[in-house]
Amino acid sequence: MAYVAVKGGERAIDAAHAWRAEARRGDPAIPALSTGQIAGQLGRAVERVMAEASLHDPELAALAIRQAEGDLIEAAFLLRAFRTTLPRFGAALPLETGRMAVRRRISAIFKDVPGGQILGPTTDYTHRLLDFSLLDDPPPPPAPRAEDPPGPMPRVATLLEAEGLLRPEPPGEAPPFDITREPLAHPAPRDARLQGLARGDEGFLLGMGYSTQRGYGGSHPFAGEIRMGAVTVEIIPDELGFPIDIGEIVLTECQMVNQFHGSRTEPASFTAGYGLAFGQADRRAMAMALLDRAMQAAELGEAVTAPAQNPEFVLAHADNIEATGFVEHLKLPHYVDFQSEAEAVRRLRAAARAEAAE
Amino acid sequence: MLARADAARIAAALPPPGKRPHARRLRGPETGLLMLRGRMGGTGAPFNLGETTVTRCTLRLDDGLVGHATILGRDADHAELAAFADALLQHPDFAAPLAETLIAPLAAAQAEARAAIAARAAATRVAFFTLQTMRG
Repeated sequence: MAYVAVKGGERAIDAAHAWRAEARRGDPAIPALSTGQIAGQLGRAVERVMAEASLHDPELAALAIRQAEGDLIEAAFLLRAFRTTLPRFGAALPLETGRMAVRRRISAIFKDVPGGQILGPTTDYTHRLLDFSLLDDPPPPPAPRAEDPPGPMPRVATLLEAEGLLRPEPPGEAPPFDITREPLAHPAPRDARLQGLARGDEGFLLGMGYSTQRGYGGSHPFAGEIRMGAVTVEIIPDELGFPIDIGEIVLTECQMVNQFHGSRTEPASFTAGYGLAFGQADRRAMAMALLDRAMQAAELGEAVTAPAQNPEFVLAHADNIEATGFVEHLKLPHYVDFQSEAEAVRRLRAAARAEAAE
Repeated sequence: MLARADAARIAAALPPPGKRPHARRLRGPETGLLMLRGRMGGTGAPFNLGETTVTRCTLRLDDGLVGHATILGRDADHAELAAFADALLQHPDFAAPLAETLIAPLAAAQAEARAAIAARAAATRVAFFTLQTMRG
């Protein structure tokens, strides 16, 4: 099956776009949204678009959301397309989340985790009741401040590693695989898998992560640690030769800790899955961590039985821009294709009728 | 610090055009992509997380000093002003006054912003005193 180029219809397309633009603006009596309002007040949507577009730029993500009328997959598509217009200057030094200016840090496995449990600006303990007072847009009361700043917050994973309970993360500084530059061959290495998950559709990641909890490749996860905060971005410019700080971005990191029964060659220990996402994105980071762990099944000698454990399946279907492109292209004219299929079906039917008549 | 400041703040602290060296652009300001990398498990080998827009600028003062800046985002004025400030901060006549009028206030403002966030975070620290007492 293939799409065949067609000509004509320009006037209809122009009219459709004009109607779209009118509909996008909505009732002219109501003030238009600014990108500043979107970036400032719809932060979770902006972060999701940046993640799925694989491009951190809150202002452009806000513009894309406005242009796409809140269709976040379309917005990610717009931003991903814009990305291709820019040259790549290089890569930053790896973001050191251990040096994060922590806004939120919780552990579901250590009540008295060193450094404490910091809830941050979470919705976890809201009752999910609609807040009708927001209809009137009241200014929120100032958030309380405490004088004693949080102390050092060692990673939960590091604490477990020190006790030998968690397999330590192999160190390395090699330049990672880049799925935007090199064709992905399977079995995909873990760095390529994490890159694919980081830009994956949040709904897909969530559903696939959820499937592991429901028994399709389950590995008994615990949220070892979730932390969110600002991390410094550093580069080493060629002309300087030493690292410089070029600003900071907010990230959410999740370390899942999973059961591992050990093998003939290794004593029992826990294993970990890792998630990292732009912005405040517990759900995305947690789902990513579940899938990172599930996709380690083959390397850990576990039976690969479920879709979430199959990197080829997960990575080939996680990208919502590729997925929407292929699904939605079915709307485009397939007249020639269909005509040839219809001819074939008519011929077969005619042959069957002739045979029945004999 | 200059990368984290906003353009207007840098512009306001720079000496007025007549009283500062002339600068010539060597490169940019130009916007491009920078690949951001995380580490597997937070501490392991790097992986590509996704890109960010960055804008960089390099310029040279008449007396040969070169200033460079790279900032997150696409604000060309910000990158150029930061590069200019970087060059002036190496200049014997301008470094000391600029450190006082620009860098010191920026450092203070940025430290204050960090402290304000840390204080809000500290207020959301969960205290398990009751549970500890019950267990003890």
